[in-house]
Amino acid sequence: MALPKYTEPHYRIWHYVYLTICSAVFFFLVAPLFVIFPLSFNAEEFLVFSDGMKRLDPDAFSLRWYQDMIYGTKNPWGLAAKNSFIIAIFATIGSVILGTVAALGLSSRHMPYKGLIMAVLISPMIVPLIISGVAIFFFMAKVGLAATHAGIVLAHIILGTPFVVITVTATLSGFDHSVTRAAASLGSDPVNTFMKITLPLILPGVISGGLFAFVTSFDEVVVVLFLAGLENTTIPIQMWTGLREQLSPTILAVATCLIILSTLILVTAELLRRRSERLRGINR
Amino acid sequence: MSSKTKQILTTDGIPLEVSLKKAEKKNKIKAFLLVAPLLLFIIITYVFPIGDMLMRSVDDKMVTEMLPKTFKSMEKWDGQDLPPEEVFEAFYFDFQKLIEDEREGKLSTQLNYTKNGFKSIIKKLRRKSKSFEEGNYKEQIMSVHRRWADVEYWRAIKRRAPAYTYQKYLKGIDMYENEKGEIINVPEDRRVHRILWMRTLEIAFFVTVFCFLMAYPIAHLLATLPMKYSNLLMICVLLPFWTSLLVRTASWMILLQQQGIVNDFFVMIGLVSDDNRLEMMFNKTGSYVAMTQILLPFMVLPLYSVMKTISPSLMRAGKSLGGTPFVAFWKVYFPLTIPGIGAGCLLVFILAIGYYITPALVGGASGTLISNQIAFHMKSTLDWSFASAMGLMLLSGVLVIYWLYNKLVGIDNIKLG
Repeated sequence: MALPKYTEPHYRIWHYVYLTICSAVFFFLVAPLFVIFPLSFNAEEFLVFSDGMKRLDPDAFSLRWYQDMIYGTKNPWGLAAKNSFIIAIFATIGSVILGTVAALGLSSRHMPYKGLIMAVLISPMIVPLIISGVAIFFFMAKVGLAATHAGIVLAHIILGTPFVVITVTATLSGFDHSVTRAAASLGSDPVNTFMKITLPLILPGVISGGLFAFVTSFDEVVVVLFLAGLENTTIPIQMWTGLREQLSPTILAVATCLIILSTLILVTAELLRRRSERLRGINR
Repeated sequence: MSSKTKQILTTDGIPLEVSLKKAEKKNKIKAFLLVAPLLLFIIITYVFPIGDMLMRSVDDKMVTEMLPKTFKSMEKWDGQDLPPEEVFEAFYFDFQKLIEDEREGKLSTQLNYTKNGFKSIIKKLRRKSKSFEEGNYKEQIMSVHRRWADVEYWRAIKRRAPAYTYQKYLKGIDMYENEKGEIINVPEDRRVHRILWMRTLEIAFFVTVFCFLMAYPIAHLLATLPMKYSNLLMICVLLPFWTSLLVRTASWMILLQQQGIVNDFFVMIGLVSDDNRLEMMFNKTGSYVAMTQILLPFMVLPLYSVMKTISPSLMRAGKSLGGTPFVAFWKVYFPLTIPGIGAGCLLVFILAIGYYITPALVGGASGTLISNQIAFHMKSTLDWSFASAMGLMLLSGVLVIYWLYNKLVGIDNIKLG
C-alpha cells in the first residue's frame, strides 16, 4: 500500500486517515477477545484488572479458575462439555450426510424447482433462531423428544444442514462432471464413483461444511434453551446461565478454552479453503 | 409426401426426441431423489411446525368446545336484547357438563380475557346452580347475579363462538376488538409492543448502518492489499466469526461494565470523572456496541468478495481520464460495490432483527428486542399462542427481506468464510 512519490499532500493525509480508520476497526473486532485471556488468570474473584495484574506481579495471576472449571464440585462444566461434544458430533454427522447428498442433487443440471427447494433448505439459517426455537420445540414436544439428546441432535441437524448445503454446492460448482462420466464409462457404479471420484474431490467443501455444522451446534443456545432439560445441559447453556446470574471468572476460563478451540477450527477451515481453491484451479 | 422433416430415430426405433425426454426425466428423478431426504426432513421437522405455530396463533377452539349447545342456540339470537330462554337452558346444561369435568375454572379464565367480571359471577353460578329447579333457567340464572341479566355479558360470550381469532395479532400491535366489533388502539400507557417493534427496527437499522460504515474501509483494504498481508488481516475478521457468540458477549460485558476497561480508559483520558462513570451496559448502548461488533464479519465478507473482483485498473482509468481519486472512487468504484453492499446490509439486517442472546445479556430493559418478548411469553407467561403470533409477525418481515435478498443476490451466492 505504499503511496507513489508524486501523491499530493492532502491525498497523503487522507491515506493515513484511511489506514488509521482501518486499524481502529480491526482493533474493535479483535481486541474484545483478548480481554478474556488475562482476566481468566486473575487470582481474585473480580472481573477487573487488579493492581497486581497491572504491575505484572506473578502473585496476581493464578490457575485457580481453571482448577475450578475442571475439579470444582458444584461445577456442571464436565457434564456440559460431554453433552456438547456428543450432540455436536452426532449433529455434524447427520448434517454432513443429509447436506452433501442434497447438494449433489441440487448441483445437477436436471434438478427441477432448484431455486424454491434451495430457499426452503437454506431457510433455517435465515429465520430468526427464536422462531426456529419455538417451532422446533412444538414439534419435539409433540413427538416426545423434548428434553432428550436425540431431540437436540435433530434440531441441530436442521440448523446445520444449510451450511453444508452451501459449502458443498459451492465446491461442486467448480466440479468437472466429465470425470464421473468417465468413471461410469469404465464400468463403475454410481456409489463407487461417488466414493472413489467425487467425494475425494469435494472433501474440502464437505469438511468445511462439517466444521460450520459443528460450530453451529457447539455454540447454539437459543433452541437448546427451549429443548434442554437438566440432563441435557450444554456448554452454551451453562455460559448463558452463568452470564445471567453472575459473571464468574470460571466462565472466563471456559471462554478461553472456547477461543482456543475456535482458533483451531478457523485454522483448519482456512487451510481447507485454500486447498479447495487450489484443487479447483482458482489460483490467485 | 408430407412436408414434415423425417423424424430421427434411435437404434431401437424410438424417436430421438422421445428418447431424450425419457432420459431427461430419469435424470430429473435421480436428482430429486438425492435432495428428497433432506427436503422431507426439513419439511416435517421445520416447515410444518412453523405452520403449527400459525394454527396455534389463531386457534380459539377452547371456549367453542366448552359451550357447544350455547353457541348453537345463540345462532338465532340477534344480540340486541337479552337472549331467549333456550340460550339460557343450553348454557345451563353446558355449564353442568363443565362442572362435572371440573373445567368451569378454565371457562371463567377464558371469558374473563374477553370481559372483566366473569370470574366472580361464574363462581357464584357454580354454587347456586346446584339447587336449580327444572325449567325457566333464564329467571334462575339471572337471579344469581345482576351481571347475568346484563346483555353485555351475553354478547361477550357470543364473541367467543368462532373457533379462530386474530386477537393475538391485534394484541401484537397494541390493538383490540371492543364489544361493538370495532378495532381500536389500547390506551397510550399500555402500548408496549409497538415500542418494541419500533425499537427492534431502529436497532437493526442502525447496527446495519454502523456495520456498513466500519466494514467498507476494511473490506477495501483487504481486497487491495497484497495476498500475504490480507490473509493475515482476514484472520482478524474470521476469528470473531468463528468464536462462540456467548464468549463475545461475555467479553463485552467485561469491557462495558462500570468498573470495566472502557470506563477506565475514559477516566484516564479525562473524558468522564471517576465517580461519574458511564453506564454502557443494560441499555441500548450495550446492544448497539456488542451487536455491531458481532455482526461486523457478516458485512465484511460479502463486501470483500465483491471488491476482490473489481480490477484496480478501473480506478486508474478513472483517474487518468481526469477524475480526482475521490471522483474516481465515487463514480467508478462505489457503484461496482453496490451488489456487495446490498448483500451485506440485507444479511446483517436479517440477523439483527431476530437477535436474542446479546440483547438479553447486555441490553437491559431498554435494549431488548422483539425476540426477547417472544421468549418471555414462551417461558414466563406461557401464552404460547401470543408468542406464536408475534413470532410469525417477525417471520413475515424476515421473509420479505429474504425474498428481496434472493432476488438481488441469489441464495446460492451466500458466501461463507
